[in-house]
Amino acid sequence: MSQPKVKEVLLNPIVANNPIGLQILGICSALAVTSNLKTALVMSIALTLVTAFSNLFISMIRSQIPSSIRMIVQMVIIASLVILVDQVLKAYAFSLSKQLSVFVGLIITNCIVMGRAEAFAMQNPPLLSFFDGIGNGLGYSAMLIVLGIVRELFGAGKLLGYTVLPVVNDGGWYLPNGLLLLPPSAFFLIGLIIWGIRSWKKEQVEKPAFKMAPQVSNKEAY
Amino acid sequence: MSSQKESTVRTLTVALLVCLVCSVFVAGAAVALRPTQQQNALLDKQRSILAIAGLGEAGMSGKQVRALFDERIVARLVDLETGKFSDAFEAKSFDPLVAAKDPKLSQVLSGEQDIASIKRRERYSIVYIVEGKGEGAIDTLILPIRGYGLWSTLYGFMALEGDLNTVGGLGFYQHGETPGLGGEVDNPKWRGLWPGKELFGDNGQLAIQIVKGGVDPKSPKADHQVDALAGATLTSNGVNNLLHFWLGENGFGPFIANLRAGEA
Repeated sequence: MSQPKVKEVLLNPIVANNPIGLQILGICSALAVTSNLKTALVMSIALTLVTAFSNLFISMIRSQIPSSIRMIVQMVIIASLVILVDQVLKAYAFSLSKQLSVFVGLIITNCIVMGRAEAFAMQNPPLLSFFDGIGNGLGYSAMLIVLGIVRELFGAGKLLGYTVLPVVNDGGWYLPNGLLLLPPSAFFLIGLIIWGIRSWKKEQVEKPAFKMAPQVSNKEAY
Repeated sequence: MSSQKESTVRTLTVALLVCLVCSVFVAGAAVALRPTQQQNALLDKQRSILAIAGLGEAGMSGKQVRALFDERIVARLVDLETGKFSDAFEAKSFDPLVAAKDPKLSQVLSGEQDIASIKRRERYSIVYIVEGKGEGAIDTLILPIRGYGLWSTLYGFMALEGDLNTVGGLGFYQHGETPGLGGEVDNPKWRGLWPGKELFGDNGQLAIQIVKGGVDPKSPKADHQVDALAGATLTSNGVNNLLHFWLGENGFGPFIANLRAGEA
């Protein structure tokens, strides 16, 4: 296996190997925190930091981790980092941490973090793993930011809390689409984005799991 | 992979070391950041109390909030059982929400009493007072309220004007209702419907009410009625219930009555 390059691990996950778009990981939080752009941004930063540093630390001790307990060791490191992030948010961005509530804590169970630790950091040197973490965090962020923009703009007529489209409730003209503020809308949007990416980058289209047999006419069947 | 790396002793050592290092980090962060976090929580509460009382403006710095709060607002402990002021605890450090979980300082509510679905009610609570001119005069009385909406417990404050009947404002500082639907309890426009409403009817009964389908301004009850939130019936019902609980006989009802009679 050839050694991956820093640029590759950093930029590939943004579109070509997007953790949400291609690997379909981390959907849960992508639904939950994207109803406005601000929480999406904070969540992106938090997850990027956690992924990067958990990759770094796990990679640093990767040759020492006995394989029988490697998952638990990864979890311990990830969980500690997440608690750290949560504490810092509570101390310095109180209102945001209130909005994100339980979802910062749930970064622990985010498949992206665990997936990168197991798939990349366990086999690669620390610095490269660190950048892989940043890259995947950026991929996740890119998706969250797109979702956040669409959902907040068309769901509430605002961006980052500033009114862009004055809504009818406040005396404007824009009738917001309430569905966009509810989690299912993120599912539809993610679906559309994946469709878009795969029409652009055909190599991402998965082979069908099975092939349908050609239509058989009545005569041949007997 | 060497067999030494997989030995039991080795496995235990690695596990122990990882746990030690991580726990030091986590504990360190928790201890180092706690003062800032507590200050934040306190500041957040003070900010919402000031906002409900109609003092100050949005976007005040933390320092301004603290200064204004200390200058204008007095916290007093209230015994909900007797409905009178009490000195059993220091009002500044007493936390009613913690007390509500303490079996010694709270009581379990029976099903029919517990219309706000809070399960336990503390014996002592804190009210905040903006003092008016003259001895013991009250300009604004701010009551802490809480209750269950659709998804979450809403925590907030209700401000009453000096006559202890007219609503000065209503607001929630913590809830987890659906953004855009139940979350509109935070909408300034909806909150703007509250000031000026009257809590009690002519017969002294609690008359404040959230109604669906719009308030008819010609109705004699219009002074006691507020429009429900569109698309959020259960949150509106929750707010209605929690108001009835906290303003009723198991909440601050007796206290308000005593205060009005000058016997609190």
